[in-house]
Amino acid sequence: MIQLRSVSKKFKLFNQQNAIISVIENANLNISPGECVALVGASGSGKSTLMRMIYGNYLATSGSILVDGIDLTKAEPREILEVRKRKLGYVSQFLRVVPRVPTLKVVAEPLLSIGKPETESLEIAEELLEELNIPKKLWQLSPTTFSGGEQQRVNIARGFAYEFPALLLDEPTASLDKENRDIVISLINRAKNKGTAIVGIFHDQQARELICDRQIDVKKFTPDINGSDA
Amino acid sequence: MTPLLKVENLKKNYGTQIGCSGISFNLHPGEVMGIVGESGSGKSTLLNCLAGHLQPDEGSVFYNTKTDGLVDTILMNEPDRRMLGRTDWAFVHQNPRDGLRMSISAGGNVGERLMAVGERHYGHIRENALSWIDQVEISTDRIDDRPSTFSGGMQQRLQIARNLVTGPRLVFMDEPTGGLDVSVQARLLDLLRSLVIKMNLSAIIVTHDLAVVRLLADRLMVMKSGHVIESGLTDQVLDDPQHAYTQLLVSSVLQV
Repeated sequence: MIQLRSVSKKFKLFNQQNAIISVIENANLNISPGECVALVGASGSGKSTLMRMIYGNYLATSGSILVDGIDLTKAEPREILEVRKRKLGYVSQFLRVVPRVPTLKVVAEPLLSIGKPETESLEIAEELLEELNIPKKLWQLSPTTFSGGEQQRVNIARGFAYEFPALLLDEPTASLDKENRDIVISLINRAKNKGTAIVGIFHDQQARELICDRQIDVKKFTPDINGSDA
Repeated sequence: MTPLLKVENLKKNYGTQIGCSGISFNLHPGEVMGIVGESGSGKSTLLNCLAGHLQPDEGSVFYNTKTDGLVDTILMNEPDRRMLGRTDWAFVHQNPRDGLRMSISAGGNVGERLMAVGERHYGHIRENALSWIDQVEISTDRIDDRPSTFSGGMQQRLQIARNLVTGPRLVFMDEPTGGLDVSVQARLLDLLRSLVIKMNLSAIIVTHDLAVVRLLADRLMVMKSGHVIESGLTDQVLDDPQHAYTQLLVSSVLQV
């Protein structure tokens, strides 16, 4: 479902002495449907960089990244947006929403954007919010003022509203209490059983063991810091 | 798929001074493109060339018309181009005073564009104007007031209503939120975003506000000294800029 072929990433910082920072080198990765892979490694080792490249936020310096056969490194912006709409979901650590939009709409938006009827979309959103223990009286309010844990759960609900065939998870259980964490884990496992390919960053080791089929240490993609390469 | 707008090698000079040069891109239906860059980089020159307000020196701007397919709007005769500007195209000016008639009522401002495309039934015009004034969140009992009595934010929203009433397919916007205070900006952006999605509009938005493009634009073109130096998916250009100037631009934004 998700394939990385000799992907590398260098950042060139023009305004900071033209520094070149090589973060990822020759990364190869293959994730099948229904498989969950955890990226592990120390902070700064390039886990998030790798995730963002898969999502198309960062350009790969070389190599190719295929999601369901579409090479994101060569795709037009509208093709990438289409992939994000129908194939590849992303649950980030932080919720980023348009002010004023009520929570229910925020969660239903991925469904509405692919043309699902409004009543049906809102129903699915309601079910998810209920499952994730977001109090009903908050549904019509914008999530911008919610607590950290609530925002994160809204973000997760939004990520799981549409059943993406591939999903990127950035610390989905970070600021949750045990009860809610278990709910999120069961949500992830359910998606997995339905065939979703998942790449995730989980600092919570217990969660990682409950969800993931294998771990990839990003260190093996990281070039030697001391070896200077330009 | 045929693009809605196909721009080839567009160039406009002011004497020996470059306005914009070597601009080529395709815009597809439903796509929103942002153009960012410092002042004097040629953003507005480009927008005005695209919208037919300025005659470019070289290049072509093909528009996919409903009847004849792709037509070069630069070679088009004036009446046809004006018709396009009244029906399929819309232009939202930075200063609402440039896009509105300040001395006729708000309803008249919206209705005028309808009359320009042949609507004559007063009842229908008023009904339509009322519905649009309501959609842009202006209280409907202000319909008979002149825009000169409106606040800046209301004037801008009225200008948007006036532009969208004829159901355009392509909207040009020049700094639509410039000069508005932040709370009004957020409201206007939210409104624009929902209208763009609801009406499946294509839009080209010129702005120097990166937050505006982050929210509204699918893709981005960065201009400097009349040239496009970088383009791509909006969050990719903003999160991982490849050009020295874009890096400077992105890193110069103040964090709130």
